[in-house]
Amino acid sequence: MSLLELQNVSFDNDGKSILKDISLSIASGDFISIVGPSGSGKSTFLKLCSHLISPTCGNIFFNGKNYGDYSPVELRRNIVYCSQTPYLFGNTVMHNIEFPYSIRHMKPDFARINSLFSMFHMSTDYLKSDVQNLSGGEKQRIALMRSMLFMPKILLLDEITSALDIHNTLIVEKVISSLHQEGITILWITHNPEQSTKYANKVLTLESGKINSFEEVAK
Amino acid sequence: MNAINNISVMSLVTSSSLVLIALFFSYWQKLKLEKEVIIGVVRAIVQLVIVGYILEYIFGYENPLFTTCLLFLMIFNAAHNSAKRGKAIKNGLAISFLSIAVGATVTLLVLILSKTIQYQPYQIIPVSGMIVGNAMVALGLCYKQISSDFKNKREEVETKLSLGADILPSSIEIIRNSIKTGMLPTIDSAKTLGIVSLPGMMTGLILAGSSPVEAIKYQIMVTFMLLSTTSISSFIACYLSYRSFFNRRKQLVYMK
Repeated sequence: MSLLELQNVSFDNDGKSILKDISLSIASGDFISIVGPSGSGKSTFLKLCSHLISPTCGNIFFNGKNYGDYSPVELRRNIVYCSQTPYLFGNTVMHNIEFPYSIRHMKPDFARINSLFSMFHMSTDYLKSDVQNLSGGEKQRIALMRSMLFMPKILLLDEITSALDIHNTLIVEKVISSLHQEGITILWITHNPEQSTKYANKVLTLESGKINSFEEVAK
Repeated sequence: MNAINNISVMSLVTSSSLVLIALFFSYWQKLKLEKEVIIGVVRAIVQLVIVGYILEYIFGYENPLFTTCLLFLMIFNAAHNSAKRGKAIKNGLAISFLSIAVGATVTLLVLILSKTIQYQPYQIIPVSGMIVGNAMVALGLCYKQISSDFKNKREEVETKLSLGADILPSSIEIIRNSIKTGMLPTIDSAKTLGIVSLPGMMTGLILAGSSPVEAIKYQIMVTFMLLSTTSISSFIACYLSYRSFFNRRKQLVYMK
């Protein structure tokens, strides 16, 4: 059984068709790179998967069950979306790291927090930092950590390395790859041809809102 | 000092010359406000004369049920007006009515139980007018703020939703900010009472012959009741209206 399945999914916005008749199946443990020109519907595709928006027509299934049969909160805790421009809220990094715990009425697990900070090559001193004083790369790493505190089933990554330098890109790639090794299914949008086949086992190419190809990567 | 100073009709007619000053400036500076000034003055005279006679009748009709009906009519009108500021809010009229009604009822109950005022039309109607009017302005500000925040802070709300937060924790900063916006003018005006302005009620009492020391007691009461009504009404309105910005699948509704 597929972990995530889209059946004849279309999405229109303001009378404009963004995605047209998308049908595909994603297995547990897949690492899928999503490529395609700007405006081909890649981000919309991830937002539909994260249930931040719903299809105009068609159905999406998670673990064989229609999205509509899940509570939206339950779905989003299993399928986490990270946007291209990391948004850190509140004043400090701690506020962002605490948030996933506070919405679950839990106290922060500092063992988990420490291990994530070390995976991302960052010191826990950052917890006290003002979010306004962080660089783009630091913000992106904090935003990713915030999404990974509770090991989702599927991680949706929208061009997360596009604004990072080589050093930060390598750190992030390594973490994503290790999470995939731990069993998390990854869907990530990338514009970098080398990156699209480096870790992924499949590449989904979108063009003008349609699937152009969905192929296995020859290793 | 305690004698009521009556204004004769002749004095009023003489003081109307002050309107000529406004008309002169408008004409001299080519502001083209002459028509507006005349309409404003005529409307103020007609409306106040009508209200004066109506209140004279109402105050003489000491039926608690009638007073309550009037109170609800005032609240309905205020709710209708503030709901116009929040067109994106579903059931804006019902939410506004409930918010203002609860805020006004709690405040009036405290004032009546503490024997500050009596449930008599000549006391309830003017006091309710002040608190309901103030709550109406506060709700208008709340709705404007909450609508603009949900439009401008879409990224923040969606980030929180995508982390698995329910709609309340995703919107809590916006809700708090909107309550604050509704309450701030009342708090600011409380801070500057007596320094920047002598408020209408106090000025009225002094002009009518009350001693300033007596007048401040009423003004202090007014400050307390405005703060209480504004906070209760803003709180209820914001907590009931934030859901309008989400659909049944807890997705942020697209706002133009």
